This record gives sequence, structure tokens and C-alpha cells, in this order.
Amino acid sequence: MSEKVLMKGNEAVAEGAIRSGCRHFFGYPITPQNELAAYMSKRMPKENGVFLQAESEIAAINMVLGAAATGVRAMTSSSSPGIALKSEGLSYLAGCDLPAVLVNVQRGGPGLGGIQPGQADYFIATQGSGHGDFRMIVLAPGGVQEMFDHAVLAFYLADRYRMTVMILSDGILGQMMEPVTFGNTVSDAPEKPWALGINRKREKNIVSSLFLDPYALEAQNFRRFERYAEVEANEARFEGFMLDDAEIVVVAYGASARVARNSIAEARSQGIKAGMLRPITLWPFPKEACLSAAKTAKAFISVEMSMGQMVKDIELAVRCGCPVLLCNRVGGVVPEPAQVLDCIRKAADL
Amino acid sequence: MSIVFQKTPVLTDTHFSYCPGCTHGIIHRLVAEVIQEMDIANSTIGVAPVGCAVLAYTFFNLDMIQSPHGRAPAVATGIKRALPDGFVFTYQGDGDLAAIGTAETVHAAARGENITVIFVNNAIYGMTGGQMAPTTLPGQVTQTTPYGRNPSSAGYPVMVSEMLSTLEGTAYCERVSVDCVKNIRKAKESIRKAFETQKAKKGFSLVEILSTCPTNWGLSPTESLDWLRENMMPQYPLGVFKDKGGEV
Repeated sequence: MSEKVLMKGNEAVAEGAIRSGCRHFFGYPITPQNELAAYMSKRMPKENGVFLQAESEIAAINMVLGAAATGVRAMTSSSSPGIALKSEGLSYLAGCDLPAVLVNVQRGGPGLGGIQPGQADYFIATQGSGHGDFRMIVLAPGGVQEMFDHAVLAFYLADRYRMTVMILSDGILGQMMEPVTFGNTVSDAPEKPWALGINRKREKNIVSSLFLDPYALEAQNFRRFERYAEVEANEARFEGFMLDDAEIVVVAYGASARVARNSIAEARSQGIKAGMLRPITLWPFPKEACLSAAKTAKAFISVEMSMGQMVKDIELAVRCGCPVLLCNRVGGVVPEPAQVLDCIRKAADL
Repeated sequence: MSIVFQKTPVLTDTHFSYCPGCTHGIIHRLVAEVIQEMDIANSTIGVAPVGCAVLAYTFFNLDMIQSPHGRAPAVATGIKRALPDGFVFTYQGDGDLAAIGTAETVHAAARGENITVIFVNNAIYGMTGGQMAPTTLPGQVTQTTPYGRNPSSAGYPVMVSEMLSTLEGTAYCERVSVDCVKNIRKAKESIRKAFETQKAKKGFSLVEILSTCPTNWGLSPTESLDWLRENMMPQYPLGVFKDKGGEV
């Protein structure tokens, strides 16, 4: 029998992490992710795990770096301004090919921005998370259940590909309550012969991102991107909603997708063949699915709480096959179903 | 034929990348010898900094990680929390520890993080070519203080050992020097005490080691040792600032 509990998204992702075998959490207070760290501080001692409130976002991600280097499942969480501070650590994690999990409960920006939900960290999550060439796998939960499920998935993918996995949530998903079933079980962590350890009876292990020989560094980058290509080939995920015959394809993730779902149902009742492609992975972006949907679509609409970030990936994916419109609100303002419906009708009239 | 002296196996055979006359090599050997003598090499993990010692992971025959600039105490914290039965040390210079990594250093000490920090203070940024460090002396000429460090615009030296000794979480903290045989012996004892403090799970331990930088000071190795004694020691008095295991 699986348990069913009413809880906040921030708590669900924390519970999912614990049930994935994560026993090392390092965090720093920032709204709207505070329930996550608070939940960890309550649960970890009961699991003989480590909860540590770090002195900064920078310290927290570097504690994750140290813990991950020993092979344990380690995690941190933050919200938009804190994610920028973690960029250095994310680059080192990638440079050292270490698995780690990071939750971003996005809020409006730039600068201190606001504390209401946002989706303006799409670029920093999927395109430029730090200095140097690297990628993170980016998961986009669509509700509280997926906040739990994605934590389980994140630790699996992180270990499988030795990458950081970011769960790109937002203030709505983090704060809202829904019933959650603790269905998925922990994935077995693979052997980690590269990890730092004690009581050693082997040659020394080194975890480093430094390669002073440019040819060695180049080779390291090429090797890493071969692994990334494998991720792109195998791990792109999406959910289709009334997508099969859709002429107007709405692409939305997270809270925006929840709004768009209502608008699409309403558009259908008005005779417009609308549907949704909801990316579950933002990197790798479900490019093939977009391209395939573009064969029958008249137009795409990107619904997002940013000035137009994911829309660029859609444009690239459909290869000018059809127009791509942007339907957005920003600064912590959430799009309303009427706005999305209006945009769908305009697209249908194109 | 009997062997009267041997290089510690805790150091690899890799050639040091340090400049001739630099005292990093001595400090490496002291740390390695202590680890060997305490018989903890198989369970010791080192954290290399950004700075002259960035390649420390190639010199120590231990599991090692190379840390982002200044973050070594945070990285060490992550390792120690995951492997509480292991020995974890960081090896950091003055720019790494007392400028970009000040917060990580202070808070690792404040938490009483059970790690050992080997802090090499040579009053200058070595690897980047001799810029002003937080520990640069008033009046000292560096690449970025060409007229001498002027405290009215460039501030005053950071007294790391004095500062950290005020924190409850700091269990052991001593400033030593490697300018002469007598002091090198004392430095080794201090490093041993720091690791013993960690072994006894007493909290944060730090050994600040006054060190030379002949290349960037523009002096010969022996002149550098004189300069350390004449200029650094008056600014940075040697001694134990905190010892929770002892009487201080």
C-alpha cells in the first residue's frame, strides 16, 4: 500500500529526495523555497541524515560538491537570486563530473525581483548555468506529485550520467498543496569507483576540474559532450494533452502548463483544435516531439512567465515550420486562462 | 646498509611546481609526515585550493579534491559530513582563505567543523604574479600596491589566527613559521596537534604558517627568510591562540 499525503510541493520534493536515499542536504534560506529546507531540518535527523544550514548559497553548493565527491546522494535548493550565486559550484560539479541535485523554486527577477512565482530562470537552467561548456539535466514538475516523482528521477539521472540535475519549479508549485502518493522506490546508486573514500586499499582518487594541458581539457570536454548527447538521445520527456490532432500547439511547463490546460479545454469546447506539449525535461528539450507536432500545427504558442526564453527553444525545434507566438506574464504575475485562450483564438485566426 | 632517511610515502614522486626557495615544499612534507606518523593516510582526504598549491592533489599520495577559489572549507565540510570517521584537511593560501574565502573559513570555524586547515601566509598572491593579499604588510610593495600598501586606501592586514581564536567552534589555532630548523620542528608539532584535535573530534583546527615567496617578493631564498623574520613576525606574532585540548 502506498501512502497518500496532502503536502506542499516544497515538502514533496524534499520527501522524494529522502526516499531516494539522499541523506545530505545543504541549504540557505530564501523565499519561496523555505518549506523545503525546513522539512529537511525536521526529517534528516530522524533518518540519521545531514541537514546543514550553510552561511551562503555559495557555501551550500560547495558542501554539495564535497559530499557528492564522496559518492553520497547530496542536494541543495534555492530560488532565483540564490541560483545565480551557485553558478560557480555548478560549473565545478560539471567539471568534476559529479552527480548532484538542485531545486530552483523560481521567483520573479531580475535583481532581487520579487517573491511571487516566475519562470525567468529558463536560460540560466538550460543554457548558461555557469562558466565554461556544460549542461545540467533540467526537470520541470507540473504539480506536487511530480515534485515528489522528479526528486526520485533526479537522483537516478544524476547518478546515471554523473551530472547535476536541476528541478526547475516555481513559487506556485512550491507553495501549493496537493495529495501525493509516495509510490516510487529508491533507485540503486551505481558503483562509484571514482569517489573519495576512507579505509582505502586502492590507489588514490582525485576529483578535479583542472586540466592545464589544453589538449587534455579539450578531450575532457569532448568526452563530456558525448555523454550529453546520450542524455539528449535518451532522456527527453514530455506530456501531450489533446496533442494528436492539435492545430494550435501550446508549449508550457510548470505553473504555466496548469493554466494553459484549462484554456485548451475551453478552446476545444469552442471548436478550436488546441493541444499542449508539456516539456517534462527542459534540457534535453523535447525537440523531436515539437518537430513532429509542427507537421500538423498551424501555430505554436509558448506560455511562460518570462520575457520569452523557452520560446527560443521552440523556434529552434520547429525549424521555421510554423509561427511561434509568445503568451507571457512576468514579475511574479501569473497568466490567466482568459489571456491564454485569447492567444489561442488569435493563433487560430492566423 | 641501513636506511637513515626516507621520503614519506604520503608524498608522491611528482616534481613540486613551486619556485626555488619557496617554503611550500617544506610545509607539504611536514603535513605528509604527520599523516604518515599518525598512520591515518588511508583515511585522510585533502582539499586543494586555488593558488600556488592548486596542484597539491598531485603531490599528496591521498584522495584529494580540487576546490573552487576560497571554498575549500565548505568542500571539506561536505566531505567530513559524509565521512565523519575520515580525516579532512584543506591546504590554502592567504588570498584563498582570507579574501575570497573569508566567509567559508569563518563559518567552518564557527560551526566547529571537525576539519584541519593548513593556512600558508606569505603576504602575497603568488600564483597570479604577486598582487596584494589581505595579509600584505602596510607599506609592502606588490604588483597592485606599487607605492606600498597604503592602509588609508588598501586597508590593514587580516589577522586570521587572532580573529578565528575568538570563535567558540575553533578548538585549536596556532601561528608558526618555517624560516629555520627550530621553527620547522615547532610547525610540525603544531600540524600534529591540529590533526590530533580532529582525531579527538574537538572541532575546528587551523595552523597558520608564515611562509616565503622569493619570486614575488623579489628576493633570494635566504633574503626571503630574513625578510620574513624582520617584517612578517612583528606583524604576525607566533604562538598558540587557542587550544581546547591544552591549558590555553
